[in-house]
This record gives sequence, C-alpha cells and structure tokens, in this order.
Amino acid sequence: MTLEEIIKPENQVYGKTPLLTETPMHYCPGCSHGVVHKLIAEVIEEMNIADKTVGIAPVGCAVFAYNYIDIDWQEAAHGRAPALATAAKRLNPENCVFTYQGDGDLAAIGTAETIHACNRGENIAIFFINNGIYGMTGGQMAPTTLEGMKTATCPNGRDVSMEGYPLKISEMLALLDGTCYVTRQAVHTAASTVRAKKAIRKALENSMASKGTSIVEVVSTCNSGWKMTPHQANKWMVENMFPAYPLGDIKDR
Amino acid sequence: MAKNRGAVVIDTERCKGCQLCKEACPSKVLNMNIDANSKGYHYAYMETAEACTGCASCAYVCPDACITVYRVKN
Repeated sequence: MTLEEIIKPENQVYGKTPLLTETPMHYCPGCSHGVVHKLIAEVIEEMNIADKTVGIAPVGCAVFAYNYIDIDWQEAAHGRAPALATAAKRLNPENCVFTYQGDGDLAAIGTAETIHACNRGENIAIFFINNGIYGMTGGQMAPTTLEGMKTATCPNGRDVSMEGYPLKISEMLALLDGTCYVTRQAVHTAASTVRAKKAIRKALENSMASKGTSIVEVVSTCNSGWKMTPHQANKWMVENMFPAYPLGDIKDR
Repeated sequence: MAKNRGAVVIDTERCKGCQLCKEACPSKVLNMNIDANSKGYHYAYMETAEACTGCASCAYVCPDACITVYRVKN
C-alpha cells in the first residue's frame, strides 16, 4: 500500500482542530503549553461550545493564548484571572468560563484571587500549568520550585530554610468547600495526554453544570528554563516533579 | 505484520523540531530532517514510513499540532 493510498481525507484519524488558529505558537520547541492549548481547543470543539466560551489569559508565557484558540478571551492583570473569570461568569452565567494560568501567576501573585474564587465556589474552570519556574522572565524561582532545584535566582538550589517549601496549591484548594474537582495531570506521553484531555473536559462540564470550581493542574516542563532538551526535561519531570506533585484526582464530587 | 497501516503528514513550517514526536513513536518511524524550514528548525519526517501503524502517539504529544494522522486497516 502506497502512502498516497493511505493519505486520504476519509482515512484521517487525527488532525489539528480548526479552533486552533494558524498563528504559529511563540512557545519554545517542546513546551507543554502547546499541548494543553491543543487539548483545550479540542475539548471546546467536541463540546460544541466555542461560541459561548470565554477564556481568561494570564500574564506569563501564556499571555498570548488569545492568539491561538479561536474563542472569546480577556486578558487579566498578573494573577487576577480568577477575579476576572468571576465577573465574566456571574454576568453571563450561560457562558463557559475558564482561566489559564501558570504557577507564577496562580500560585504567587494571584494566590489570594485563586483561593477566594475557589472558596466562593465560582462556576469556573482553572487550568494551572505548573513547571516550577517563572518561564517567561528567564527561569526564576517560583513558589512551586522544588526543594534543591536550581533556578536563576537560587543557583545553589532552593534552600527551604530561606525560601520555604514548594507550594502544593492543588492540595490546598481541594480542602475548600467551593471546589468540586481538583486533579493533577501531565502531558508528557500520549496516554497522559488522553487522561489530561478527559480532565479538561470534566472541568468545563462542571463549569456548565454549576457544580463549583474545577482545578486541573498540569505538571509541565520548561525545557528552556530548566536548560534541557524537551526529552530530557520530560525525564527530569518524571523523576523529580512527580514525587513532589503526584498525579491523579485529589478531589471529585 | 501490524494490523493497521498508517501515515503522518507534518506541517513542516509549523514544526519546531522539538523531537517529542520522535521519542513518542513506538515504531521508531519519525526522525528529524537534515533540511530546515524557513525558521531554521529541523522538522520531523517519516524515516521508515512502512512501520507506521497510525497510532497517533506523535500527534497527541506534538505541542504545535503539526501532525495529521491517517490510518487504514491492513
């Protein structure tokens, strides 16, 4: 069988969803952001809610998310995405509202907004990309940086006596009564990508069903910030990030 | 012989040559081209096209959504 016989429209099993724009993503080669963008676009496409979905873009690497997924977006000030999402959802409750935030945005400057939005049980979905580092600004230490992990601002490794412990934000949010679904996923293999997609779908469905706040944390790589190749970064993540941030559902009600 | 025959088409201008598809492929079909696209990235291509089963593992992990997968029953 020749390639021409296989490559026909009726044989296509996977392709770029039209909801992802043709704009090439500005992310570094191998960045997990691209995979998560793709999964969100696919889920919105499958749920057929593109015309009533509002995304809240963060400050951080994903600041240009609005260029890549063809839905309505708003751009929040640093860390304020859950507050903006609260307004967007309360004013138009029929809309599906989600925020897309990194760990510097959600777990550092936006901790208060995140915790209070979750505590109020706002009917939004929060997608939290945790790579343990401030990627956009050059790889500085974030609250989620692992103990002993070297970054631009802790070149000798994170010293917990000086800088405290990695912030396990998903476990904290799971304690709040306002959250309905808290899960931690990864997108480093095909199987984990499929699981992450299911989690993203469930979070958006919860938002539409007014069940409370859903948080999908995606443990990600920042190969540029970690100074590794994409493949090495995936291996490093499995060996070092997963023991500190174990995958799986933390809360589901 | 594999149950399915597959093929992938790479959007070479979108590809950033991160090699995650190459690592994800269970049949070791993909490799990086010696040629580069207009941005200078060595894009992925099917080196051993006959081994492709169309499992789409490469496409799932591709951060830039540049892989389209086709599959037929053998």
